[in-house]
Amino acid sequence: MRRLLHHPSATLGLIVLTFVVIVAIVGLFWTPYDPYAVAPRQKFLPPDAVHLMGTDQYGRDILSRIMYGGHLTLLTGFLSIAMALSIGITFGVVGGWVGGRTDLAIVATMDILLAFPAVLLALGIVAVLGGSVTNVIVAVGIATIPVFNRVARAAVLSVTARPYVRAAVAMGCSDRQIIVRHVLPNVAGPLVVLTAITIAGAILIGSALSFLGLGAPPPEPEWGVMLNDARAYMQLGWWLTVMPGVAIALTVLALNLLGDGLRDLLDPTSRATDAHA
Amino acid sequence: MAAYLLKRLALLVPVLRVVSLLVFASLDLTPGDPVTSVVGDVPIDQATRAQIREAYGFDRPLHDQYLGFLARALQGDLGYSYRNHQPVLDLVLRAIPSTVSLMIAAMIIGISVGMVVGTLAAIKRGTLTDTTLMSLATLGLSIPSFWLGMLLLLVFAVNLRLVPAIGRDDLASLILPAITLGVGSAAIIARFLRSSLLEVLGQDYITTARSKGVSPRRVITGHALRNAFIPVLTIIGLQVGTLLAGAIVVETIFTRRGVGSLLLSGINNRDFPVVQGTVLFATVSYVVVNLLVDVAYTLVDPRIRHGGRPS
Repeated sequence: MRRLLHHPSATLGLIVLTFVVIVAIVGLFWTPYDPYAVAPRQKFLPPDAVHLMGTDQYGRDILSRIMYGGHLTLLTGFLSIAMALSIGITFGVVGGWVGGRTDLAIVATMDILLAFPAVLLALGIVAVLGGSVTNVIVAVGIATIPVFNRVARAAVLSVTARPYVRAAVAMGCSDRQIIVRHVLPNVAGPLVVLTAITIAGAILIGSALSFLGLGAPPPEPEWGVMLNDARAYMQLGWWLTVMPGVAIALTVLALNLLGDGLRDLLDPTSRATDAHA
Repeated sequence: MAAYLLKRLALLVPVLRVVSLLVFASLDLTPGDPVTSVVGDVPIDQATRAQIREAYGFDRPLHDQYLGFLARALQGDLGYSYRNHQPVLDLVLRAIPSTVSLMIAAMIIGISVGMVVGTLAAIKRGTLTDTTLMSLATLGLSIPSFWLGMLLLLVFAVNLRLVPAIGRDDLASLILPAITLGVGSAAIIARFLRSSLLEVLGQDYITTARSKGVSPRRVITGHALRNAFIPVLTIIGLQVGTLLAGAIVVETIFTRRGVGSLLLSGINNRDFPVVQGTVLFATVSYVVVNLLVDVAYTLVDPRIRHGGRPS
């Protein structure tokens, strides 16, 4: 952690991310104005001291909407990756450890998931399930499972071949002990990096789905939805287009910077790989 | 080589079978009567409903419907759109040129910008140029494409009126969408190429070339780039999928009539044959392109004997 704070871009990413998370949490309990309150006489007001980010086509305060909507975007990122991470690692570890047909079946399933581009897969799942924040989380989660599965499986395979693990087996350690003590610590580094980067990707995909009208329904101040709303009023106020986009880009940038920094620290040999998303 | 190709082609069959099954099953998983999807919200009596159900084969068991779908799809018959009753294959074929030209233009931008930025950053490693370029690349990765597209429209079409905003399918109207779509690829390729080049530049044969007195420019173009480019090839292959998915967003923003907007309108209208057709096209082309990339890989790098695909 201390080393992390000496890495300039990681520090910057951490600070920005903390700021975004705090603003989103505050936004759940307090916003300058009601994020849903329509004020027909205050349509398209440019940013000023009263409305720091201006108002939209219904006279709603954009800052309030971004603050309140933050939790939707962040939850999409965090929950979908939490899902992908737990399922992906479980199957990766099980497949890599047990081997044989089980492993083959898991690998085949993951290869099929990988046969679709992640965004397309998520889009297809949402199209089937219907548009909602929950379904976007599930869709993005499923689409990201193979990324974690591969890393976990590869780590298990490489670790089990090492002498100290064979020694542990010979000494009669249980599977569970070996996986928890020897296998997981070895994947922790790459997984932390992967988590930061895939959350960034998940936020991008999630907001893109909302932007396409397949995520959160319109009155919700989800950032992608706000941008979709802004499309029709682009020439009436640049702030409608600029503000929600800055919010998304800032959040994703913070996560990417953090991910890059973590990679430099935890995994100095690796290349700058990008998330499958 | 031939055996490897055959093996890869054989692997296509199960993948495509599962893809077609998933695509088809999505119809059944989707809540609501498919007849409603066909006629829309028009009230109809039970007799007509039954007639439509029979005409479209909704009354038959699902596996039966699937086999029929598969048999017809293999003959190039993807069914008819519920909405405008045109053959889906025609709709997809008509949409392909627009999407493919967009993807090619975006790819040209992605590869050329990515190569220049990545090479420059690697040569100037550790300098301000390197930091600036790599910061820009990270920014490029972080900007949502739909937002970038809107910003470009806002600046160049709404404010400056330099380019046509929407609606036309000529070269000028291709510029903004291609930039929107290409920036992400450029960022990824730049990052990859930089680290790949740095790795190659540390190799002995580069030192040898340098000590022989080969000019620095020649070391980069003649020796280093060729080898550094190999891992980048895989990324370019994977980018095709990203570009294809990105086309959905970009075509929506710039109201282009391509495969992406066809898919989205299919989803919104619950026009399942159109959704099936476009997803099938997208997946098949993604799988085929990645196969081609793997083949190209062996051609560029003769050391690779296919034990497994590098990932």
